[in-house]
Amino acid sequence: MLLERLSHASGVSGNEGEVREIIKEAVRDHVDELQVDNLGNLITLKKGKRPGPKVMIAAHMDEVGLMVTWIEKNGMLRFTTVGGIDKRVLQGKAVLVGPNRLPGVIGSKPIHRQEPSERNKPLPINQLFIDIGAKSKEDAEKKVKVGDYAIFATKFGEFGAGKYKGKAMDDRVGCLVLIETLKNTYNMPVYGVFTTMEEIGTRGAAVAAHAVDPDLGIVLEGTVCADFMFDIPEGHATNIGAGPALSLMDATSIANKAMVQHLVALAEKNKIPYQFRRATSGGNDAGRISLTRKGVPACSISVPCRYIHSPVSVVSASDIENTIKLLDTFLRSIEQGGLKL
Amino acid sequence: MKELIKKFVEAYGPSGCEEEIRSVIAEEIKPYVDELHTDALGNLIAVKKGNGKGKRIMVSGHMDEIGLMVIHIDDNGFIRFSNVGGQNPVTLMNCRVRFRNGTQGVIGSERVDDVKELRLEKLFIDIGAASRAEAEKKVKIGDVAIFDYPMVDLGDYLVAKAMDDRIACAIMVAAAKEMKKSPNEVHFVFSVQEEVGLRGARTAAYGVDPEIGIALDVCPVGDTPKARTLAVSLGKGAAIKIKDASVIAHPKVVDFLTEVAKKNKVVHQREVLEAGGTDTGAIHLTKAGVPSGCISIPTRYLHGPSEMVNYKDVLECVMLLVKALEAKIDI
Repeated sequence: MLLERLSHASGVSGNEGEVREIIKEAVRDHVDELQVDNLGNLITLKKGKRPGPKVMIAAHMDEVGLMVTWIEKNGMLRFTTVGGIDKRVLQGKAVLVGPNRLPGVIGSKPIHRQEPSERNKPLPINQLFIDIGAKSKEDAEKKVKVGDYAIFATKFGEFGAGKYKGKAMDDRVGCLVLIETLKNTYNMPVYGVFTTMEEIGTRGAAVAAHAVDPDLGIVLEGTVCADFMFDIPEGHATNIGAGPALSLMDATSIANKAMVQHLVALAEKNKIPYQFRRATSGGNDAGRISLTRKGVPACSISVPCRYIHSPVSVVSASDIENTIKLLDTFLRSIEQGGLKL
Repeated sequence: MKELIKKFVEAYGPSGCEEEIRSVIAEEIKPYVDELHTDALGNLIAVKKGNGKGKRIMVSGHMDEIGLMVIHIDDNGFIRFSNVGGQNPVTLMNCRVRFRNGTQGVIGSERVDDVKELRLEKLFIDIGAASRAEAEKKVKIGDVAIFDYPMVDLGDYLVAKAMDDRIACAIMVAAAKEMKKSPNEVHFVFSVQEEVGLRGARTAAYGVDPEIGIALDVCPVGDTPKARTLAVSLGKGAAIKIKDASVIAHPKVVDFLTEVAKKNKVVHQREVLEAGGTDTGAIHLTKAGVPSGCISIPTRYLHGPSEMVNYKDVLECVMLLVKALEAKIDI
């Protein structure tokens, strides 16, 4: 299935090529124009019959991951994180290094050799390394270069009733929703933009939005979901299976209120489950899009992802379906002049 | 002028919810400008045309105020919130707040043994609802509360919520009213979302495309007992900004404002601010860059329910802005 291919693809920020190729192939027959810009964004256009409003829908292709920074004499790889990974989850994880997906494992000083004080907290990243089974620096250099990326070696799979687990659900799940949406036809120009480098500062979206110069921006995301922390309901942010999450505010933007209210009205009218993203930290491409040129009304619709920014995340099939449905309903309404800003 | 200030500071308008304050300002400035429009992010832009021989100047004061956004309502009707803009939990303790629909409440706290442990997550708004259902009749997730205090007139001093930055909005309206013929084309921008990252001024500046930027904002002072060292005081006039964390004011704009102040006997002081940003920061980085400066209104107790300004300072700021906008500028 497409989500499985997207999840397995390697696409740490700045290295989105593999993901881009899968998406290109998936949307090629459904769009009128398709181009890759200077920062690697895949910008597709479905023209529509009427000139406006020009809608930009963005989902980011990149994922959080690792990059090799140094090769030790004994063949161990030192690395840095790319994007906001919870560094405490790195120890002992299996990874795939470089374009050839060389298997590696993140090693560290064994617990037996740690001082009692060290055991109480995660080891800092400068005490972790990737072991690729190399005997020496020379041996390692035959297979790996400084600057190579590493991804988590997480296998995608079905998980419980109607759920999937896999890496990079943030934001391959958004890419999937956008791909499905581009199969529909609307009466206005719809730019499907698959952005790069979101995880390191929403960089791709900044230039893509400047180029597209949209009237409206819609961002599709995978977002934080802490619903398993049942004792503090005020900290859940979103709940899995409860439908697409509408952002109110995060660190980079305040969602356009008219768009949010319209999404709520449409969801209620059409009996599509929805929820608010009840957290205000984090940021996404909507921040960049909304501040483009003279300003662009923008909002975010997200699929809840448990364990986001870790080697594995969990999403719900019904949340994905309902996000596709709500977005389609929203676009149909915009097309008919239903959105009053 | 005091009535205008009272009207502005008491209006509702946290970042992202500026509709009410925008219409209040629009009504007040309309008689004194040639054009008035609202842009895609909600900035109110009022234009006073020049004679074509002067500069295109963007004057920016933000109309948004800090607030508290509802993110959760518990079974007993207590409301958890997140901050909209910079909020200090110690300041918030036991404050009264109000939502747009008039619902009032008070901020309570979980038990904390040490005030240093006080964080926003430990606070809640109590609107006097006995259950979630009752609370939800008045307040929804995403609604934003502001401080609920009327302005107090202490004679030479005025105390109110949202002096930051409604006092600038009032100064701009007063300047638009008092300005005589000017060669300059002046765009008065009442910007949105300053408190969450200078956002409105950024897109407004792109649209206005000014040759000179002048922001108006409040600045902290160092004139209270055992305050941190800061060479700005209430009662010593308009403060001309040298720098803050978002901008180093263009030296030619600083010199220009200083010259105007001296020539017109405007009481003024210089402001060097180490923390905090203003719309000046957003304006000066627009497109190929815009020489920009800022006139600051010295203010005590910032980001609290009782921000204090000196009324004479306010009048000096009006005078400085009027004379600057009327001047022929060579920058």
